[in-house]
Amino acid sequence: MIQTIQQYLQFPFVRYALVVGTLIALCSSLLGVTLVLKRFSFIGDGLSHVAFGAMAIAGVLNVTNDMLFVMPVTVLCAILLLRTGKNARVKGDAAIAMISVGALAIGYLLLNLFSTSSNLSGDVCSTLFGSTSILTLTKAEVWLCAALSVIVVALFVLFYNKIFAVTFDEDFSRAVGTRVESYNLLIAVVIAVIIVLAMNLVGSLLISALIIFPALSAMRLFRSFRSVTVCSAALSVVCALLGMLISIVGGTPVGSTIVAVDIAVYFLCAALEYFKR
Amino acid sequence: MALITCRDLALGYESHAILEHLNFSVNAGDYLCVVGENGSGKSTLMRTMLGLQKPLGGSIAFGDGMRPNEVGYLPQQSAIQKDFPATVREIVLSGCQAHVGRRAFYNQSEKALALENLSRLGMVEHQRRCYRELSGGQQQRVLLARALCATKKLLLLDEPVAGLDPKVTAEMYALIERLNREGLTVVMISHDIAAAAHYATHILHVGGDRTFFGTVDEYRRSAPGRRFIALEGGGDA
Ligand SMILES: Nc1ncnc2c1ncn2[C@@H]1O[C@H](COP(=O)(O)OP(=O)(O)OP(=O)(O)O)[C@@H](O)[C@H]1O
Ligand SMILES: [Mg+2]
Repeated sequence: MIQTIQQYLQFPFVRYALVVGTLIALCSSLLGVTLVLKRFSFIGDGLSHVAFGAMAIAGVLNVTNDMLFVMPVTVLCAILLLRTGKNARVKGDAAIAMISVGALAIGYLLLNLFSTSSNLSGDVCSTLFGSTSILTLTKAEVWLCAALSVIVVALFVLFYNKIFAVTFDEDFSRAVGTRVESYNLLIAVVIAVIIVLAMNLVGSLLISALIIFPALSAMRLFRSFRSVTVCSAALSVVCALLGMLISIVGGTPVGSTIVAVDIAVYFLCAALEYFKR
Repeated sequence: MALITCRDLALGYESHAILEHLNFSVNAGDYLCVVGENGSGKSTLMRTMLGLQKPLGGSIAFGDGMRPNEVGYLPQQSAIQKDFPATVREIVLSGCQAHVGRRAFYNQSEKALALENLSRLGMVEHQRRCYRELSGGQQQRVLLARALCATKKLLLLDEPVAGLDPKVTAEMYALIERLNREGLTVVMISHDIAAAAHYATHILHVGGDRTFFGTVDEYRRSAPGRRFIALEGGGDA
């Protein structure tokens, strides 16, 4: 088995995929803790549908580099969702459901009407559940992914303390003059970027799993924000690497394999927590 | 010039006023107790003073070298999520977030300040423990330490003794009194009229047919004060 892996590693596209996959897993786990604790998960879910719709439009418009179109659209929606979701709770929820389901429906409709591809359901399936697209990334896309990942990690480290404060107690932060709105905006934009990146790895329907499972696992084991964050990043990277290797060797779909490993690790952590008591 | 002066203040939610025509001021060194029934708008008043919501009318002026964000705030319980993984130290340090400005990390003096306030409240030995595993009284102390990191002047406390047993309540009151004697101005919401009359210098009574603002002695002699003290079985009046 080690030999098979070594054999595969000789191909540059496999090495690219592993590097990019690891970076994406790292990024997506960082904000997972905040997302879970801020009850922001709904934004992540809504945005992944928006990204699917944008992807469909990009396909119809024949945009050469999908990401350059999908990224701004998703970021824009993230900002919109945050604005609507902020004031009126119920109305905001409805707005998010509308945008996300609407994007899904319109995206599929557009694909059906205008797609030039002969294998439509295959295309849709791979956008939703991830495909081998991580293995077919061009060099430019790899660099774009890498650069964005580095920016996301850097932003997270720079604003780590503020993100903690705003996540823990928004009212207190606002009372002492922290610009809570700006940080919420930053968090939403970064989530949007991560979602578009992670689409390459696991597809738009499975992104939430990639973001949330490592955080939930880490929260089972650790008690401080810092160790939970570090642990969830480590778990996410390990799970993604393991999942990618398994899928390469076993020929399983990349996205669902990674998520399956994430789920297995979650139950492992839950068991560990149970026996520690 | 007072630290905070409220003139003809009206507050509430979405143009529905809960309290109107509030006039009061807080001077440096004061210990103001805000009393009133459940739902009379005490928390709303505090949130308005903190700038968390806009007043519907009137004005709140800060003076005496006081800027709007130089306050320490202890929220009424339940604002914080039960499953949050955070240590005592992480939470108390976050009280320094206003001093950090554009810096990314807390510096030595901020870490020292957090430690100092932890020891002021007798919580140093708990600093590595998880917040959610502490008792209610310990949690209140942690949040008070965080508030102390944020201010050298003014503490706004929203029911700091809610849910605490009589012994811990007494300790909490003693602690707040000590902080007040050390020079901090305190504004505290409380249902404990006996304690309010005992510790505070001024009382603000909101809700009911009329509001009252004045010193504790004036409050005891006033109509709403007498009624409320009798109602609550207030001790040493
Ligand atoms: N977010 C909100 N939107 C609309 N109305 C609200 C909101 N929060 C509180 N209220 C209403 O405002 C009134 C005052 O609430 P507030 O929390 O200020 O009372 P309180 O004096 O602090 O009560 P307690 O002693 O129970 O803490 C209540 O009638 C309440 O129903
Ligand atoms: Mg209240």
